[in-house]
Amino acid sequence: MSGPEAHWRAALAEGRFLIQRSAAGKAVFPPRLMAPGEGGALDWVEASGRGTVHSFSWIQQRPPEPSYNVAVIELDEGARLMSRVEGVREGELAIGQRVAAFVDTAGDAPLLLFRLEDAA
Amino acid sequence: MSDAFPRGRTAIAGLATYGVGEAPGQTSMELTAKAGLLALADAGLALRDVDALYICQPDDFFAGLSFAEYLGIRPRYTDNNRTGGSAFMSHVASAALALDAGYIDCALIAYGSNQRTSGGKLATKITSNQWDAPYRPIFPLTAYALAAQRHMHEYGTTREQLAHVALSARAWAMTNPEAFARDPLTLEDCLATRMISTPISRADCCLVTDGAAAIVMTRTDRARDLAQEGGKPPVPVLGAAAAAWWNSIVQAEDMTVTGAKESGARAMAMAGVTHADIATAQLYDAFTINTILFLEDLGFCAKGEGGAFVESGAIAPGGSLPVNTNGGGLSCCHPGMYGLFAIAEAVRQIRGEAANQIQGVDVALAHGNGGTLSSQATVILGSAATL
Repeated sequence: MSGPEAHWRAALAEGRFLIQRSAAGKAVFPPRLMAPGEGGALDWVEASGRGTVHSFSWIQQRPPEPSYNVAVIELDEGARLMSRVEGVREGELAIGQRVAAFVDTAGDAPLLLFRLEDAA
Repeated sequence: MSDAFPRGRTAIAGLATYGVGEAPGQTSMELTAKAGLLALADAGLALRDVDALYICQPDDFFAGLSFAEYLGIRPRYTDNNRTGGSAFMSHVASAALALDAGYIDCALIAYGSNQRTSGGKLATKITSNQWDAPYRPIFPLTAYALAAQRHMHEYGTTREQLAHVALSARAWAMTNPEAFARDPLTLEDCLATRMISTPISRADCCLVTDGAAAIVMTRTDRARDLAQEGGKPPVPVLGAAAAAWWNSIVQAEDMTVTGAKESGARAMAMAGVTHADIATAQLYDAFTINTILFLEDLGFCAKGEGGAFVESGAIAPGGSLPVNTNGGGLSCCHPGMYGLFAIAEAVRQIRGEAANQIQGVDVALAHGNGGTLSSQATVILGSAATL
């Protein structure tokens, strides 16, 4: 039987974004064996994929390579994760913006990304 | 839950820094061993007196074993704590407990790196975890950028205020012969440096230097005897506490509030001191945002007011709270991990032998940071008058 991390990755490979939830209803990410700080069991639920930009940074590269963003997304369920917001240029990203998740399957491994909700 | 700590019963009896800045042609272990020998001589002790080693090197996960072998000693206790740059404050805490219990008699805490002349980049094998790494944050810099961005959003902190941390550090460094960066620096200079990971630009980042530091700890009664025999005045450890709140910054409950809030309050309670007692604070300034966060979390100003506090000149020479009086990691030295250098400067201030000596320092605070604002540890040191 595989562990929670393998379970999450297998779901992502099928295009599904899962998060965990404790008995008390607290959303948990990244996947864990037990409810952090409590030790109780966790259930899997489909994430809404909706969230807000909690913080971000634009990483500068040597020209002509463009800058790219790293964002901390707070999911509507409450958990936070690191990701990238696609389809925005530097100056267009702000804390508090609404974002929606999608799974990018173009690379070697499926990758969870976000785009601005009004562009989704 | 209150902390039991042997307030003042153990002391820093010896201290040394070595090779600060550039030390070409010397390995990290050579620099570390040299600092260790100098610290022992400073205490009036010899290598054979050491029965416990505390070390954390950036490039050697078995540094405790390597160091024991290199020195040619067989320690009764070896601590290779890997909580990043705060490891050395944790070393002081655990060494104090072991010394007071009689489990050990003489602790050597040492660190050294040649990372400037050996490559010029931060030498670390630590990286982002598997959840963060696919998004290519610069480790550890982008984590601090995320915290700074959030602090700006919540409290209106500005890039100019961040720059004032660097300017204050430079002002101290300019009159410290040991400091690596002593050229004049202006606000305009800071704001014009190359952006790396918004809002952190080059001027917001610590130096990459070589350097080594070491301290020797014994029970205070023995340190007093050593002082009588020609050693240096003992600097008693009044309190020491560590807090680990997360590893990845993403998991912070509030990325503008660090575990310094816990470690500082606990260390000050152990020491029985208030903010008014603390004559100088040495805060691990890997990035300019660190100083602002730690001033707030340690309670020197309210949350959100750190930017205005530093902009007022409070931490610069002539200010109300002298901070990083050696120039800090931003302008004195940063050989990969700075924690032990913050402790060294606090000891020098209490002994009255700092390059930028503050008058009448009886209590000094040294605060360490490890990982990505993850591990926080605070040490309160005092003069003999505080016992």
